[in-house]
Amino acid sequence: MSIVTTLYVVLFYAATVILVGGLVMRIKKYAQTPAPLKIPTMPAPLTETGVAMRMFREVAFFESLFKSNKWIWIFGYLFHFGMLLVLLRHLRYFTEPVWFWVEWIQPFGKYAAFAMLAGLLGLWARRFLVARVRYITTPSDHLMLALLVGIVLSGLGMKYIAHTDIISLKAFALGLLHFSPQPLPEDAFLLVHLALVATLMIVFPISKLLHAPGVFFSPTRNQVDNAREKRHIAPWAQQLEAGER
Amino acid sequence: MADFDVPEIKEYIEVPEPRVGVTAHIAPFKSQEKFQEPLGFPGELVDNWQEKAIEKMGDLLGKYRSLQVFLDICVHCGACTDKCHYFLGTEDANNMPVARQELLRKVYRRYFTFAGKYFPKLVGAIDLTEDVLDQWYSYFHQCSQCRRCSVFCPYGIDTAEISMAAREIMDSVGVGQKYCNEIIGKVFVIGNNLGLPEPALADTLEGLEEEVEEDTGVKVRYPLDEKGADILLVTPSADFFAEPHVDGLIGYGKVFHEAGVSWTLSSKASEAANFGMFIGSYENMRRIALRIREAALELGVKRIVFGECGHAWRVAYSFLNTLAGPFDFLDPNYPVPQHICEFTYNLIQEGKLKFDKSENDHMRLTFHDSCNVARASRMGNFEGGQFVIPREVIKACCNHYFDMEEDTTEEATFCCGGGGGLLTDDIMEIRVKGALPRMQALKHVVEENGVTHMAAICAICKSQFSKVMPYYGFTMDQIVSVHQLVSNAIILSDAPAEQEAAEG
Ligand code: SF4
Ligand code: SF4
Repeated sequence: MSIVTTLYVVLFYAATVILVGGLVMRIKKYAQTPAPLKIPTMPAPLTETGVAMRMFREVAFFESLFKSNKWIWIFGYLFHFGMLLVLLRHLRYFTEPVWFWVEWIQPFGKYAAFAMLAGLLGLWARRFLVARVRYITTPSDHLMLALLVGIVLSGLGMKYIAHTDIISLKAFALGLLHFSPQPLPEDAFLLVHLALVATLMIVFPISKLLHAPGVFFSPTRNQVDNAREKRHIAPWAQQLEAGER
Repeated sequence: MADFDVPEIKEYIEVPEPRVGVTAHIAPFKSQEKFQEPLGFPGELVDNWQEKAIEKMGDLLGKYRSLQVFLDICVHCGACTDKCHYFLGTEDANNMPVARQELLRKVYRRYFTFAGKYFPKLVGAIDLTEDVLDQWYSYFHQCSQCRRCSVFCPYGIDTAEISMAAREIMDSVGVGQKYCNEIIGKVFVIGNNLGLPEPALADTLEGLEEEVEEDTGVKVRYPLDEKGADILLVTPSADFFAEPHVDGLIGYGKVFHEAGVSWTLSSKASEAANFGMFIGSYENMRRIALRIREAALELGVKRIVFGECGHAWRVAYSFLNTLAGPFDFLDPNYPVPQHICEFTYNLIQEGKLKFDKSENDHMRLTFHDSCNVARASRMGNFEGGQFVIPREVIKACCNHYFDMEEDTTEEATFCCGGGGGLLTDDIMEIRVKGALPRMQALKHVVEENGVTHMAAICAICKSQFSKVMPYYGFTMDQIVSVHQLVSNAIILSDAPAEQEAAEG
């Protein structure tokens, strides 16, 4: 096996461990930290089902963002749903035989990459053009966008400029899954693409990308409005009470 | 009139370009030892304050999921940047909700995250210095904890939670705000925010009874500390004498009178407000809330009803059960607690109240949704009842009612500018500027619909508006209580016929 292949195999295993391990730790922290008070942003649903629906509208349609700012909504939506399609399309590299529905979405996946790019560039432009957003932008926000744009561009490069040997790429991907590493085609676009993806996986659990799991733990969105009917109390608050009585 | 420029009301709400540091100088008076100690806070800045503050932050991160999650997940999308009335009124960049959060988040990153520890510049992480503490003190007291930003954030990030945590951290190292902390002390010692002792209360209420009898010929009662009454009414202490608050209190009494229920105020729980929330202190908030439980037990009441007050209703509706529950000793047929608007609304629905709407014909009304009622609580048994019920009460007793523009009402309502512990004259500038969006929406209905008065159900809103409306060319009496309208129009069934009274 070549040095490059070895490097990428190690990189991907390390990135996966960091991504999964980091996310598990973070999610555990969110889940274990109590929310001592009822703070749903009202009006809020009165039932669990209602809350599930609210959360669904939030992650599937970006409901609050839609109320808030149409530009960010359009760009954000293009980016996130473009990315979803692209990711699903990538399943074909990891499945043998390829699942039928993954076949179906292949034609849309192509356009999705452009939607993703348009969304990212729109969001990035706002960081320069809108003074309010410029003020709150940190270097890491630019880097994150650069990283994502880099991933999309290198991916598109393989599609439209210099094709990669898909068959051996798939062998490499399946090899990773089955812990029997196979040689990686050493094309420039592919190497850049994979390196950037691994970087994204590594920074995921230590960056603002935590918004993906985090939104499900947001007390203002995931609480039922039933404070009068049901007493809500955190363990530490209960201890406080017990200490007095 | 003012030693600062009062912003001009424009045709539409204009989103300003952010400017850096315009209101950095605005900060409320700091607390002193005598106000800090009763609340369990150090009297002055402690020696190792940085260390202590970070320790406190760690403590809160472990206790409040909101804080932990909100500090982690903001993506700097900017959707909230034009949503805060203080930003719209002051143009100060740090009054954009995300920028306000960043003041705390930068320090959180530095001490609690990998990226901030090793790459501080990259992610904008900073050490906790004296300058940072000063900024915290200014800008976390330029947030009324109104939650408007939380409605519009894709993850529901609520800057109010961040402000509360920041104030709690500051208090824990000896940097408190005089206004809030002095008031909480008064509640502990005397029972209410205004420091009205029992005899003064009794006196005031007696005066009210006489006044109402003179006015209507009916002996409407305003009882204090009456054991065995059905209902304990807990109301903000401003209701006892301030205008237009007291007219609301008169209205509650008339409604109870018509309903034929026995009720009482309590000198122990003679305050609905709970400033413990403003300073983010669970312990102090709980101590204040427990007075209500004790009063209910001592007086042996069956129900608890709250008067018109916004944040008090938030603490009552959303937190009371948590802080001072369970209330299994009260009548299970009624929600605990109930809002006076719910009480009146139910009677109207049952056809038990009669009104002469023409009594309010000298007014054309609009309604200001108070932020804590709108976005932090509910009324009635359906989603959004907090918007419907007060409006229905107003419409039941007034002929002319008009809503303000949609993006300034209900869940999108703009704060009065004086909430969250900011209702103090030492920060008049921020109060006046923060009122701009509401004043603008009001002006719109004044011009379009000839509105003359704005009704509200919050003691802070009422006090704030009567103070700041003159800055914008309105008069202080253009703000009214909802139950003042009820009081004007309600027909007391045992009133002597007016004709006879006039002739006789
Ligand atoms: S809307 Fe929410 S995520 Fe976006 S900048 Fe504001 S606080 Fe951050
Ligand atoms: S809670 Fe209200 S006052 Fe505070 S930042 Fe958000 S919008 Fe502004």
